[in-house]
Amino acid sequence: MAVACAALAVAMLIGVSVGPAGLTLGQVAAALLVKLPWLPHLAVPPVAVIIVWQVRLPRVILGALVGAMLAGSGAAYQGVFHNPLADPYLLGVAAGGGLGATMIIVTGASATLLPPAAFAGAVVAVTLTYLLGSGTGRDANRTGGSAGAIVLAGVAVGTLLTAVQTYIQQEHSQSLQQIYSWILGGLSLASWSDVVLILPYAAVAAAVLIAHRRLLDVLRIGETEAASLGVDVTRLRLTIVAAATLAAAVAVAGLIGFVGLIVPHTVRLTAGASYRVVVPVSMIGGAAFLVLADVVARTVQAPAEVPIGVITAAIGAPFFLFVLRSRRAQQDLA
Amino acid sequence: MITLAGVGVHYGPAAALAGVSGEVAAGEWLAVIGPNGAGKSTLLRCIAQLTRHEGRITIGGQPVTSLRRRALAQLVAYVPQVPVLPAEMTVADYVLLGRTPHIGYLRMETAGDRRICASLLARLDLAAMAGRALSTLSGGEAQRVVLARALAQQAPVLLLDEPTSALDLGRRVEALELIDTARRDRSLTVISAVHDLTLAGQFADRLLLLSGGQVVTSGPAAAVLREDVLGPHFGTAVQIVTGPDGALVVISRRDRGPLRPPAPGR
Repeated sequence: MAVACAALAVAMLIGVSVGPAGLTLGQVAAALLVKLPWLPHLAVPPVAVIIVWQVRLPRVILGALVGAMLAGSGAAYQGVFHNPLADPYLLGVAAGGGLGATMIIVTGASATLLPPAAFAGAVVAVTLTYLLGSGTGRDANRTGGSAGAIVLAGVAVGTLLTAVQTYIQQEHSQSLQQIYSWILGGLSLASWSDVVLILPYAAVAAAVLIAHRRLLDVLRIGETEAASLGVDVTRLRLTIVAAATLAAAVAVAGLIGFVGLIVPHTVRLTAGASYRVVVPVSMIGGAAFLVLADVVARTVQAPAEVPIGVITAAIGAPFFLFVLRSRRAQQDLA
Repeated sequence: MITLAGVGVHYGPAAALAGVSGEVAAGEWLAVIGPNGAGKSTLLRCIAQLTRHEGRITIGGQPVTSLRRRALAQLVAYVPQVPVLPAEMTVADYVLLGRTPHIGYLRMETAGDRRICASLLARLDLAAMAGRALSTLSGGEAQRVVLARALAQQAPVLLLDEPTSALDLGRRVEALELIDTARRDRSLTVISAVHDLTLAGQFADRLLLLSGGQVVTSGPAAAVLREDVLGPHFGTAVQIVTGPDGALVVISRRDRGPLRPPAPGR
């Protein structure tokens, strides 16, 4: 936990310090400190203050929030669905979010509607997945469907919603670039209003997920045994899935892949598999990871920016294969 | 006391269990025996409310269907045939899961919960392996850890589905002795599905023979472990041998028809 917090602090410092404006570390530090009430007379160029406070800081904080949400929701999905490969892409959450956002973009509605629309799309997707998946499997009446059936339903729902989204996109080719930049993710236009917009959702989702960390451990022994220990498994899964979906959908920066996979598994490999550790440490680690990925995204081809989704996928896809090939994943999926 | 009245479970037109009625006294050990598919596991799952069923089941006079899940889990501890043992979970954390019915929804375990589990680990000779991962345990050790988790529930009723099926001869007796000791220490009511008829007869107070989802008979070992009672339901020749201490030993035999003398010249 302490290591993860330190990593996040370092990542955020790097995130604030790196940028095309060429500010020195001293200028950045002074610009950060000048807002403190007891240090008003620090000599800082006003432009440095503006760059640090209006451009870099909201971007870093937004990146941290988005990373925390994606990693936290990935950890929670993996727990609820007993599937080491689960991340917000599973269950069609990403596809649903993408469809919701696409519909807002093509109708030309206000950009502030993007996150709620993405959340609405994600909720529709996860509800469809849950309804389709819970009607099958052994003892479906008691436990709300087997984890495998829900994962399969999620793949089907995701494919369907992606098809609908692609169709809408083709019909409105003038919005193509905007849609693509949303789908591949980017923090480039982050502002304090974006931070304020997602902060309440993020706080609620994080609080719910962290509060359920002990019960996520109970779910590790399977639905039947969890039920025999007095847990209302259907309600518990719904609550955690809802919070995880909220967390995944409020990523206003768009769809950023694999953070929900890389971070929780790295936490498991280094700090143990108990959800008491995995949930909070994944959130902190996810925040640090995304802030650093964003630094890479805006420096490798500076002054141009690579979409951050490309960076996380470039790291995430090989990691996904590594997890897939590991012995544990094969056992769990067997 | 547990009472069952007309308990049945249907999967489509097929009945997994039909019209099961009876009583289990407080502190009694009832062994449910019968061939594969007789409905032994289904009966245990009905009592634990893990399967929808017809009929009425009461524990201490209370219908189980009227109890909330958590209240039921404070009365009934259930161990399935093949418990899920998360590979990386430690023995101590696993046993602590047994405290779940006593912990509020979003609360964490208290020092009291940890004390109860620590004393159980010591009692079952598991204290030395408290920090070990479940994947490193042998079959016998895993069985004891699962029993410790069930006992951590501090429920007066213990349901065990084939508690010894994965164990060798020695470990089987050891596991059943452990259950018997726990039962006497805490005056638990035990209902277990058992495949090993000989051990069922030696440990349980009473045997209940199920076949095709229905009760064939129930009673003490001497009344149930009989060649004419068991044979037709297990579909094989059964021989009962009385040991020197009076214990009944059930032997299954290859059915070769009437015994013939060996052919001459061989």
